[in-house]
Amino acid sequence: MSKQTPLYQAHLDSGAKMGPFAGYDMPLYYNEGVMAEHEWVREHAGIFDVSHMGQVILSGENAMAFLERITPSSFGKLPDGRAKYTVMTNEKGGIVDDLIVTRMASDQFFAVINAGCKDKDIAWMREHLPSGVDMQVLDDRALVALQGGAAESVMRDLFGMDLSEIPYMWLIEASLHDGTEAYVSRLGYTGEDGFEISVPADKARMLWDKLLSHDKVKPIGLAARDSLRLEMGYCLYGHDIDDTTSPIEAGLGWVMGKENTGFIGAGHVLGHKEDGVDRARVGIRLTEKGVAREGVDILDAQTMEKIGTLTSGGFSPSLKGGVGQGYVQKDKAEIGTKVFVNVRGRNIAAEVADMPFIPARTKSMKKKAA
Amino acid sequence: MSDMKYTKDHEWIKIEDGNVAVIGITEFAQDALGDLVFVELPEMGASVSKGDDFAVVESVKTAAEVYTPVTGEVVAINDNLEGDAELIKKSIEEGWIAKIKMTDESEIADLMDRAAYDKFLAEQDH
Repeated sequence: MSKQTPLYQAHLDSGAKMGPFAGYDMPLYYNEGVMAEHEWVREHAGIFDVSHMGQVILSGENAMAFLERITPSSFGKLPDGRAKYTVMTNEKGGIVDDLIVTRMASDQFFAVINAGCKDKDIAWMREHLPSGVDMQVLDDRALVALQGGAAESVMRDLFGMDLSEIPYMWLIEASLHDGTEAYVSRLGYTGEDGFEISVPADKARMLWDKLLSHDKVKPIGLAARDSLRLEMGYCLYGHDIDDTTSPIEAGLGWVMGKENTGFIGAGHVLGHKEDGVDRARVGIRLTEKGVAREGVDILDAQTMEKIGTLTSGGFSPSLKGGVGQGYVQKDKAEIGTKVFVNVRGRNIAAEVADMPFIPARTKSMKKKAA
Repeated sequence: MSDMKYTKDHEWIKIEDGNVAVIGITEFAQDALGDLVFVELPEMGASVSKGDDFAVVESVKTAAEVYTPVTGEVVAINDNLEGDAELIKKSIEEGWIAKIKMTDESEIADLMDRAAYDKFLAEQDH
């Protein structure tokens, strides 16, 4: 029996085609279809129910030390209110999950983890939880992502919130028009400006309907969420990264904090950083017509030998062509390297491409000078 | 339009000149696939056997094989689909995928007519 988010009925009311994802019955797309939804987010703004994701508060005097143990990041210099993308690593230096951690205070952090990893992550954190850290799983909260260039004006129009001074990757605690207390974070997974809004579960429908009442806002399903994140080259856990991929192979070395050498699996990950790795995650752009999806072989265009495998792939509505990401031998990872992707026995010309495939339109992370 | 036939895999077949099967995908398949982005056509002159996947329709969401319900030779392919896969949805005249010259016309007898296909669709709904 699939689980439902607090917005299940709202999706049905909007005509969603539902499907299973990470143990939940989730909206895959609504009436207008994936392409229209994708383009609507790139042009206006869309809302995504991401309530299936896990929301966790870690607090206490050892909370920061704990986070610097389970992730390779440093949180000491992070200002209060600033969010950070990071990963949890295992003893072998593989990735347990990727997550967003927001420093609410020096002794309080808010983490958002993947739906499919929720049970595993919580067990993992519990297993490594030291004394002096309290872990609170916010099962009673919903999460709605508003993504698109119109997001800031939508928030102003509907909730009277002026978020123009809030930089990318910052969280504020704010009251909605009816007094509902919300965490509003300026971030997302589409490459557009936008916000993730965490509210108590019993306020989810009110928030959803309010957002939908705006003429620039449409509901967007998981299928377009995937094509939007794919165009940005963002990782999808369980596909582009997993328990066996090192953050260095995944090109996520930038999440590491210089001072942090004591995280789980540090010996492996720091070794990868120092000595290099054999494979690297790269973007793949098809230069011929076609679509290549997860699992497809990547071949060297000269030798026709297999040099890697696609871990995500699909059609980019913005580029009107096939894009993907995958792992290739490190010496074949240079941008512009000519390759073939072998789709059902047919070789389609492609090349190693820079990611994101199209420029991100997120805001600056810097606070404006007062 | 008694010459239109259908399969359980949601292909439509129109018989031309007695022994040529024009093949496309039904509205049901089109709706299930959503936005179509690419069609992989068979080779001209290729020999195909009943049940072979001889073409692939790619949508944003997924890739779907198209199966031939008849044995024979590919005598025409709809090149226009290479430029615009969405043509598949327009009409039978514009959206056909390939034409197959049949070697065994009795295979048509296994196909459903519209009434039988509609009944089949209704049963799928349950």
